[in-house]
Amino acid sequence: MKEFNIDELNRKFQEKIDNDIKIEPKDWMPDDYRQTLIRQISQHAHSEVVGMLPEGNWITRAPNLRRKAVLLAKVQDEAGHGLYLYSAVETLGADREQTIDDLHSGKAKYSSIFNYPTLTWADMGAVGWLVDGAAIMNQVPLCRCSYGPYARAMVRVCKEESFHQRQGFEIMMKLAAGTPEQKAMAQDALNRFWWPALMMFGPNDAESKHTQQSMDWKIKRHTNDELRQQMVDITVPQAEMIGLTIPDPDLKWNEETGHYEYGEIDWDEFWQVVKGNGPCNKDRIDARRKAKEDGLWVRQAANAHAEKRRARNAKKAS
Amino acid sequence: MTNNEWPLWEVFIRSKQGLSHKHVGSLRAADEKMAIENARDVYTRRSEGISIWVVASANVFASNPDEADSLYEPANSKVYRHPTFYDVPDGIEHM
Repeated sequence: MKEFNIDELNRKFQEKIDNDIKIEPKDWMPDDYRQTLIRQISQHAHSEVVGMLPEGNWITRAPNLRRKAVLLAKVQDEAGHGLYLYSAVETLGADREQTIDDLHSGKAKYSSIFNYPTLTWADMGAVGWLVDGAAIMNQVPLCRCSYGPYARAMVRVCKEESFHQRQGFEIMMKLAAGTPEQKAMAQDALNRFWWPALMMFGPNDAESKHTQQSMDWKIKRHTNDELRQQMVDITVPQAEMIGLTIPDPDLKWNEETGHYEYGEIDWDEFWQVVKGNGPCNKDRIDARRKAKEDGLWVRQAANAHAEKRRARNAKKAS
Repeated sequence: MTNNEWPLWEVFIRSKQGLSHKHVGSLRAADEKMAIENARDVYTRRSEGISIWVVASANVFASNPDEADSLYEPANSKVYRHPTFYDVPDGIEHM
């Protein structure tokens, strides 16, 4: 094997990144790049899996069979997305079970949006429309991320995600065109999810400590504020179309910039939820821990059964 | 059993007749039967495949990217294996 010094390895690595050559699992990479990806991809995976909880909450109470089948398929997709991402994390040498234990111990985070409760059926609409909408905005640029397995997982996720947003918007559209009570329910869901959805893009650029390095490594392609602005610009006309009001008195169109100006985000609330003091943080982690503990005997039994089959087959063969 | 985790499997999918199986990702499963069933749920929810291969990841042996230069050197030095290496005069057709 050729000997390289660390500066030479770093230079060659950055050269690949600058030339848009993807980094693959067995390639040399700086430790910080690896750790950043392990953190980001595992937290992304956790978000997909924890994200099943607020929606799973409504599967048995969907208003009709069509809605129920759709919601079930959507929640199943989220499980799939979590699995694509956990496999991507494993390519970096991280242990899957350890990353899950880090979630349960509170060491690893997940998207704070899932710490808000889903109180009414309209929340299934708001979550699909706004939360999946924001997720798409974040994930589309990740399809061009410099790390091959993450980029490939994102391509699959993005293909599946657009149905999620459409089914959510359809729920909102139907409710907004329904009885006054149904419309009020849709408006209430929008009121509660609008600001948390904007917070999904993370702190303002000036406060975001990882952004610059992640952009240099082409893990991230746009800053938090750029993506947030894009979300506002795209979503405001959609709300207008279905007759709902964005809960922001400062919202106004700026002719000059061609963008909407929006009000100040409550960053205290954001940090409180990140630190674990949101309405559902404890419920979410308790539910994940319980699922892992309750499933332990199943995982052990499956391993024991596989072992027995292997032994039986070996005996037959000899 | 001390290890509660299931082994890792690499998943290959044939998307339609006439195409080869292509690596799509990996997953965890207790045995090959469960790996195929899980691969169906994880990687073919939208009819992406008509045939699935699973291979225990422990059985995959890979070349080392650090040795790429020497590994592929025999091909790099033999440009005469490509048709563009040869001059074909104007007027010669079907070659």
